[in-house]
Amino acid sequence: MQDVLHVIHAILDFPAVKWVLLAFLFVMPAASLLTWAERRQSAMMQDRLGPNRANIGPIRLWGILHFVADALKMIHKEDFVPKNVHRGLFSLAPLLALAPVLIAIAIIPFGPEVHLDALGQVVGAWGFDHEGELSVNLQIFAVEFGLLFYFAILSIANFGSTIAGWASYNKWALLGGLRSSSQMMSYEVAMGLSLMGVFLVMGTLEPGTMVDWQGPNPLHWGWALQPVALVLFFTAAIAETKRAPFDLPEGEPEIIGYFVEYSGLRWGMFFLAEFVEIVFISMVITTVFFGGYHFPFLYPEGFRFADSVLYLPHGAVVGIQLLTFGVKVALLCMLQLAIRWTLPRFRADQLMEFGWKHLLPLALLNIMVTALIVLWAPVESAADISAMVADKNLGIALWDWLRPALLYFVAAGIPAVLAALIMSSQWGPPEVIVDVKTTDSP
Amino acid sequence: MASRQTKPVDEVPRIEVLDESDRNPGVRTVRVIRPEPQNASFFPATLKGLGVTLKHFTKNFFRSRPKGNTDIETLDYPAIPRSGEAFGDVRPDPETRPERFPDYYPDRFRGLHRLMKRDDGRVRCVACMCCPTVCPANCITIIPAETEDASVEKYPAVFEIDELRCVVCGLCVEACPCDAIRMDTGMHAPPVEERGQAIWTKDKMLETKPVHRKRDATSIATQGGVGPDWRDTE
Repeated sequence: MQDVLHVIHAILDFPAVKWVLLAFLFVMPAASLLTWAERRQSAMMQDRLGPNRANIGPIRLWGILHFVADALKMIHKEDFVPKNVHRGLFSLAPLLALAPVLIAIAIIPFGPEVHLDALGQVVGAWGFDHEGELSVNLQIFAVEFGLLFYFAILSIANFGSTIAGWASYNKWALLGGLRSSSQMMSYEVAMGLSLMGVFLVMGTLEPGTMVDWQGPNPLHWGWALQPVALVLFFTAAIAETKRAPFDLPEGEPEIIGYFVEYSGLRWGMFFLAEFVEIVFISMVITTVFFGGYHFPFLYPEGFRFADSVLYLPHGAVVGIQLLTFGVKVALLCMLQLAIRWTLPRFRADQLMEFGWKHLLPLALLNIMVTALIVLWAPVESAADISAMVADKNLGIALWDWLRPALLYFVAAGIPAVLAALIMSSQWGPPEVIVDVKTTDSP
Repeated sequence: MASRQTKPVDEVPRIEVLDESDRNPGVRTVRVIRPEPQNASFFPATLKGLGVTLKHFTKNFFRSRPKGNTDIETLDYPAIPRSGEAFGDVRPDPETRPERFPDYYPDRFRGLHRLMKRDDGRVRCVACMCCPTVCPANCITIIPAETEDASVEKYPAVFEIDELRCVVCGLCVEACPCDAIRMDTGMHAPPVEERGQAIWTKDKMLETKPVHRKRDATSIATQGGVGPDWRDTE
């Protein structure tokens, strides 16, 4: 028995195995399903039915098999390469779009540390003092610079669309590539800066540590402590996926997009990259703002609030937490789809103005306000708070939980009010200007 | 329904003209009146829009469609045949061609072509070349040949229609002076593996039957042309 566990541990603890499991059991299936879910959800939002016909014999499953049909179709399509393209770059671009996202998923902690020899037991208090050799950390690449790694890798995805536009030898593709690179570079700035507030509060860049820091109390998660950062990061992240309302790089009625010359599976890779990015962004937001794999009030030993505890075996806790991570990511994906099918797209100048004049100043403002609060009243990590409230009664424990969230909610009001002011003034030209009338000139 | 009061919303900056230049027509000094903060920020409007789409989504997703509790009007078309009563037309007789016509089409639906026969079984067509002339897609090929029948003179030795090129406009049926070609088969162009298979020959079109059994009666038009033989009337 012990030998079997050792073999399982040796296999699971190998990073590549964890990556394969995460990528091929969660991220890729989720992204493929999203291609169908997007069409179905948008149809439901518009009082239509959406694709519900694909079936294998009697198995129809509301049309879920459409993604299989799509994949088969794309594999069978002609892989057409136009005459004057740069062949090497043309083939490289789809890979450059897809690969960085699949690399970046390595930093995401999708589950807690699993102790293979203690799955049936109730493990100890916070932090788990179990010193077994047979523990697997469900985070592939745990490094101190975790989120910086994410920004660095994702900026390579930028090259994918830009190179696709350049290598295609097509002016529309080139325009799409240019638009995509300008958009992604602009929004990367706001995206990175919007997370700075979170770094200040939590004091770490490592996603796994961030999740531990947030703990199982929903009011101690990032959304309560950094609501402005959540909105800013979510907006900038949607812009990074190049989807509506930020889908400037791919306008069907004007420039078709940087992938206009691509067909078959190469185009499918751009398409898949877009959906993998949706899943990945949901994973990042879950990790940073929604407590990662934590289920509300589920501690390593079981459900606990103040001094009342419902003990659960370690295996059950891990199962619930893995499921929680999946559900959170799925809900955020659905929210992204809903946003994509609700908002009309920006104009190019509005896009740039929104990124540089609204998101960026707001992100800087958020950093300043957060820095002041952290200086004045730093928030303790979940483990510290847990230790403080462990033997207090319910009322005091509740207040200790609520205090940081209340403080930061009040504080978040300041950037929010300033945001309204900034957006209203639009940072436009001075009030009295000289204007050239173009409408009724002779 | 009570009339709803709508508040005017300043969403775009308006301008107030202060001064117009005399020397340069069209150049003027204006004051820009910017919108109120609550109208300029699109964040509340975004949430409102998300609320609308979410309301539709939850209604259509969680409620029962068979019971008619959703807003979805889509017909489950091939699975559940449409009712023809809305069009006031007769439903097709399932005994005529059940396999080819499982569901309802309007009475005047234009399907693939068929060629009519005379009472003695010969083709009605007199190869007058009206239909290839009028065809906008140039999909009809007729090679005429002489026949012994003095009242007819010509018949089509070859009559082919390329159903891939056909735009299903029905002009050939309109143009035919002797009711020799019709489009009442109720059939779609079938999928083919080679382009040549989509060319429908004379024999094939002579065998095809109309979808409504009533319409299968022989033509009431005079055989061979529009009226009695014009040579007899002179």
